[in-house]
Amino acid sequence: MEDSVLTNGKTILETRALVAGFDGKDIVKSVSLAVPEGRITAVMGPSGCGKTTFMRCINRMHELAANAQVSGEVLLDGEDVYRINPILLRRRIGMVFQRPNPFPTMSIYENVVAGYNLNGARMSRVERDRIVEETLRRVTLWDEVKDALYRRGTFLSGGQQQRLCIARALAMKPEILLLDEPTSALDPKATAAIEELVVSLKGVVTIIQVTHNIPQAARISDYTAFIHLGELVEFGPTKTLFTVPKDKRTEEYLSGKFG
Amino acid sequence: MADTHNGAIGAASTPVRKMDAAVTARLRGDTAFRVLMLALSFIAIVPLALILVYIVVRGASSINWAFLTQLPKPMGEAGGGISNAIVGTVILIVIASVISIPLGILAGIFLSERSQSRLGTVARLSVETLMGIPSIVIGIVAYTWIVKPMGHFSSLSGGVALAMIMLPVITLATEETLLLIPMTLREAALALGVSYPRMITRVILPSGMSGILTGVLLAVARGAGETAPLLFTAFGSPFMAANIFKPMESLPHTIFYYATSPYPEWQALAWGASFVLLVLVLALNVITKLVTSRWKIQF
Amino acid sequence: MKSERTSDTAFRTLLVLGGIAVSVLLIAIFLSLLLASRGAIVANGFRFITGSEWDPVTNSFHSLAFVVGTLITSLIALVIATILALALAILMGEYFRSGPLSAIMRTSVELLAGIPSVVYGFIGLFFFVPVVRVFQAALGLPPFGVGMFTTALLLAFMILPYSASIAREMITLVPSDLKEAALSLGATPSETIWKVTLPYASSGIMGGVLLSLGRALGETMAVTMVIGNANVLTFNIFAPGNTMASVIANEFSEASSNVYLASLIEIGLLLFVVSTLINIVGKVVVNRMAAR
Repeated sequence: MEDSVLTNGKTILETRALVAGFDGKDIVKSVSLAVPEGRITAVMGPSGCGKTTFMRCINRMHELAANAQVSGEVLLDGEDVYRINPILLRRRIGMVFQRPNPFPTMSIYENVVAGYNLNGARMSRVERDRIVEETLRRVTLWDEVKDALYRRGTFLSGGQQQRLCIARALAMKPEILLLDEPTSALDPKATAAIEELVVSLKGVVTIIQVTHNIPQAARISDYTAFIHLGELVEFGPTKTLFTVPKDKRTEEYLSGKFG
Repeated sequence: MADTHNGAIGAASTPVRKMDAAVTARLRGDTAFRVLMLALSFIAIVPLALILVYIVVRGASSINWAFLTQLPKPMGEAGGGISNAIVGTVILIVIASVISIPLGILAGIFLSERSQSRLGTVARLSVETLMGIPSIVIGIVAYTWIVKPMGHFSSLSGGVALAMIMLPVITLATEETLLLIPMTLREAALALGVSYPRMITRVILPSGMSGILTGVLLAVARGAGETAPLLFTAFGSPFMAANIFKPMESLPHTIFYYATSPYPEWQALAWGASFVLLVLVLALNVITKLVTSRWKIQF
Repeated sequence: MKSERTSDTAFRTLLVLGGIAVSVLLIAIFLSLLLASRGAIVANGFRFITGSEWDPVTNSFHSLAFVVGTLITSLIALVIATILALALAILMGEYFRSGPLSAIMRTSVELLAGIPSVVYGFIGLFFFVPVVRVFQAALGLPPFGVGMFTTALLLAFMILPYSASIAREMITLVPSDLKEAALSLGATPSETIWKVTLPYASSGIMGGVLLSLGRALGETMAVTMVIGNANVLTFNIFAPGNTMASVIANEFSEASSNVYLASLIEIGLLLFVVSTLINIVGKVVVNRMAAR
């Protein structure tokens, strides 16, 4: 793993006093976090600590739920995301979900360019082909599916399906990629493949990955944010946070005392 | 299982013997119960199955090209056919489908998306109530809405009546299908920055197509077999269907009219028409099964 | 992008309109029935429900004969159908839960459910009526053949598939660990069914019975063809009669005066209200069972 020193990188995403929850109950309680560009930032914490809710505020998926409330600021490149049209925002921020969910009525090819097709983008066939091949190569799926591009994606294994979903998100060339525990439904071999893929995307896109898998966070991320009971307990370069955590709660979590 | 328990115990002591005896009686009762269930089920299904076979045999003998393409002959004359009834049923179903399919699917989408809202609960209750309304009452309503103002019977009013019967079937099938589609699929589309209308029409609807199609086919099967609502809307006619503002013959009405007549020639027509209607309805049911097994997407 | 936002709102509005449309449709149906029959409601008054005379000549319209006819035919049909349906449901839900025979049975029941009412009526005319006639002659009763008993018999077979499907569903909802507990205590399969499965599913089955009743109430064509169409109040189940649905079917197109037609529509309104109430209660009961 490359030495993750905080090289005063530019902050691409910043949350300021972000509060979010449902039905009057706050799950995320004032989180202020600055995410560095081009790096992998892990957001970890025990179940129910609010890490997924936090992440879903970034691409404004949280507000889709009934009775959702949110306050505070989320700045993408300095712009308040709550002032941007959510549809446009979501084209700049991609998301991959816990369980692989390729669109079942579309072929692998169509799944990769689904973001374009569904938005009615006009592209030439050549351009589409290029994006499909490029993106599938990027997620190391090209060789495995290049002869089956027009088949539905449902015959693929879980790991392959998840890579397809990552491809689908990457094809939009987002600035940030949000990964919500992307390997929790996969077997160890597939998990390793995904981790390798994520690490290879460093520098190409900023990655924020929610995980409750501590070793995974240690393996792949450059920075780690530890969230507990809705609060940001600690944030810093992964190496530092894991070896010399500043907060007692972080230490306890890392040693398995709870979560 | 009680069997092994029985076999393991010897006939050593009296209380055990008593329990043994009781067990034997209970086991006999068990077998008797099973036989009873089988017998009753037999009574339930077999008579009807036999009758259906009779209709097929008797009706099939009436089927020939003339039967399917000719108009009925006047009373007492042999021969004639049910071509007007077949065409009439097709036209009535087409009219009914044009009205009920778009509205039904739309309402089904609404119910699956907004089931929690107040309008959602009211709408669902309305659709379920609509489903249970006796079809003759629907016929009365279509009469008051269209036949009365127009002053005469028409297939348009018949089509409207059938539409009201088909609508709840399509709506509930659509809702049920769409509810089975997991939330994450919607989220995956939205997370790509796809707009809500496109998410519904380009991702959700296609995924639910087999279930929706099933609903439509079942609705058509139901509508094609209904007679009561047509009695005073489309009424009936010995002539070929031509004008939607005029009365029109239909398969079920033909069966009713000729079956209850005293002329054996006409009754023969009714057997043939029953056969045709049965084939139509059963074919639709079989197609429905095929659609489900081949196109259904399992989540 | 403004155009996206407007198409979004337009689409959502369209969906809401769909929801409103179906709700309005139901209300419109009810109101139409009410309005179209108001002349009769006023003219016939309360005696409409309590009186039994139905005489178009003297403009004297009362529905009791038909209400009773409906009740007699439906209730007898319900009793017969429930017994047979339960047997079928137990067979399909317990003894033959899976496998090819189970699939054949389930498919047959589904297909039987799809047979149109008029075809059942035809079957009734040509098979049930002669059989009942023979039976009546043997008992020394007037050999009408047609009548309320024949109708009830036919109705029983018509609601049987629907009844059996619901009952089977309710039976399969019974948690298997309950059944296994009974078996592990040494109960025989039939005892388990009788003492554990059926009691647990009883409320759901009850609901199914109500829903089947709702179906039976609305049946028109088959009833019209075998009930004998006599507009007299009678409790003799072997005599001809009429139900609310069948009298409408028979006389609607011949109704000569406004109040005659309006009275028939009033019967339609009554039928609408009664079947809706029964269906609602049945549905509530079934849903409660499914929610457990």
